[in-house]
Amino acid sequence: MSITEILFWFLSVLALFSAIMVLISKNPVHSVLWLIIVFFTISGHYLLLNAQFLAIVNIIVYAGAIMVLFLFVIMLMNLNIETERQRNIWMKFFGVISGGLLLWIFISASRSATDISGKDILMGQGNIGLIQNLGKVLFREYALPFEISSVLFLSAMVGAVVIGKKD
Amino acid sequence: MPIQYYIALAACLFCIGVVGVVTRRNAIIIFMCIELMLNAVNLLLVAFSKMHYSSALAVNTHTNAGIDAQLFVFFIMVVAAAEVSVGLAIIVMMYRNVHSVDINFLNRLKN
Repeated sequence: MSITEILFWFLSVLALFSAIMVLISKNPVHSVLWLIIVFFTISGHYLLLNAQFLAIVNIIVYAGAIMVLFLFVIMLMNLNIETERQRNIWMKFFGVISGGLLLWIFISASRSATDISGKDILMGQGNIGLIQNLGKVLFREYALPFEISSVLFLSAMVGAVVIGKKD
Repeated sequence: MPIQYYIALAACLFCIGVVGVVTRRNAIIIFMCIELMLNAVNLLLVAFSKMHYSSALAVNTHTNAGIDAQLFVFFIMVVAAAEVSVGLAIIVMMYRNVHSVDINFLNRLKN
């Protein structure tokens, strides 16, 4: 077993365990911290796939900005006490059952798909994930969506301020 | 590494997010589960981009195949950041009005 496979299994098990801990922790602050671990493991997967730009953007945007925003809102509302009323046990039971059935459908559909069976992923090499190549394609072919996304950010900022201000 | 492993991992993460949306009542945790689902899809897109790259590399050594998927992931992150800012503002407004983030209080459109 090579070092890449060992890292893959370690990161996968850690990601799944942390994702389950996001669900079952009672305190929302603990959920946020477990979700940050999930994002770090997904960044580790990006590094294994040699998508270095996406790995660093994932850490900066998700673990750095979005999760800090979540923590800020949770502490602003004083939600770190465990006051959430639970759904009843049957709702939880049927929720888990429906999620498991969805997982079953995904797994069996991917096992029976013929165009991807036996395809391999190139781990740890290939230069399409480097920032130089991504930047060239981004500013040549995707320049218009890039500019439009700046308008999206502006409207999101205006919307957040308008919604959040006290009236 | 076969592509099936990555599909299984991303499907598991996505389904954990779905279970979280269905079973929790705290609006912030539901929102975090949506972020988890977005990240599972991002991971799957990057894995498929590397799959196409490795099959195109056998034909041409200077290929750029699969680079579009990584840019899609970048744009998904952009949209997710905008969505989180607006969504958290909505949750703050809801907390200010009903003094709770429990989604079962939001059934006023029912009647």
